[in-house]
Amino acid sequence: MYTPVKCYHPYYGPFDPCPPIRTKCYQTPPNLYLGFQPMNLQQYPLQEALYKGTLWPCLYDPYPTPVPKGGKG
Amino acid sequence: MWFYEKKLQYPVKVTECNPRLAKYLIEQYGGADGELSAALRYLNQRYTIPDKVIGLLTDIGTEEFAHLEMIATMIYKLTKDATPEQMKEAGLGAHYANHDHALYYQNAAGSPWTATYIAAKGDPIADLYEDIAAEEKARATYQWIINMSDDPCLNDSLKFLREREVIHSQRFREAVEILKFEKDRKQFF
Amino acid sequence: MKQGQSHDQERYSLMEKIQMVDFALVDLTLYLDTHPEDTQAVQQFNQLAVESRDLKTVFEQKYGPLRQYGGSFSGYPWNWSDAPWPWQL
Repeated sequence: MYTPVKCYHPYYGPFDPCPPIRTKCYQTPPNLYLGFQPMNLQQYPLQEALYKGTLWPCLYDPYPTPVPKGGKG
Repeated sequence: MWFYEKKLQYPVKVTECNPRLAKYLIEQYGGADGELSAALRYLNQRYTIPDKVIGLLTDIGTEEFAHLEMIATMIYKLTKDATPEQMKEAGLGAHYANHDHALYYQNAAGSPWTATYIAAKGDPIADLYEDIAAEEKARATYQWIINMSDDPCLNDSLKFLREREVIHSQRFREAVEILKFEKDRKQFF
Repeated sequence: MKQGQSHDQERYSLMEKIQMVDFALVDLTLYLDTHPEDTQAVQQFNQLAVESRDLKTVFEQKYGPLRQYGGSFSGYPWNWSDAPWPWQL
């Protein structure tokens, strides 16, 4: 399933000197899921496309990933 | 043949003189997964890849030079008129001793650019997978730089460049599909 | 060098329009490289190519040539090599 971020919980030992980061996350951009782009997909208006970095909403991947409302990623 | 156009692909604005950020950005100028490597990698692979994907390599390779110019612009603006003292404080003392304010094709740690950053196996699938990996690595590098940068204007341009890596990766993935299905492509599309 | 000479809002906004159209052309180019049979996209590409040319002609009349080696006409005296260059703006 397409979500832009995946997380995992690395093992941390009692003698790790830095305070543990309990959850580590990585990006899984839309190009991993789209497959061969179908024709006639929606486009951004030109003024917007430049600032998105793409013409195609299906491939737009904002970074840092916006946190969804009412929950953690 | 190539033509220069007197314009940036995307506006580059920088909030303040900040040579420290320039030091990090050099990674995308002359680093392994930087824009120079990308441009040269794709343009070089064109000569030994099926005709179906030469156009894509040419066009992405050319776009990478536009990105190289954006990175150069960022570094130029971040360090322009910085005093030797500021350069030193930013960890660019060694750079200053050798190059003054000149840009140099090297990575963030100061290793000069080398052709060993570029793979050219001559096998179309191996080369395209190399390109996909290169795009993902460049995307990751932009993320790490954005994570360290507190310049919102600069980050805006860096986010643009990061998004372009996503698009390039997508097109290279499609190129692999084209090579897989070329013979009976019509029945699929 | 000389400062302020190009600090002219119109220049930036005209350039921004060019960047918008040309960016769409770049992204469409990559798309068409893998989707050569998308008629609509080809049409859109050709329309934008005209738009880009027209915008550049307007820009060049005010601010000098954008395209190298005869892609644009020169003024007199030769003004291709005039500052500011893109990274100086």
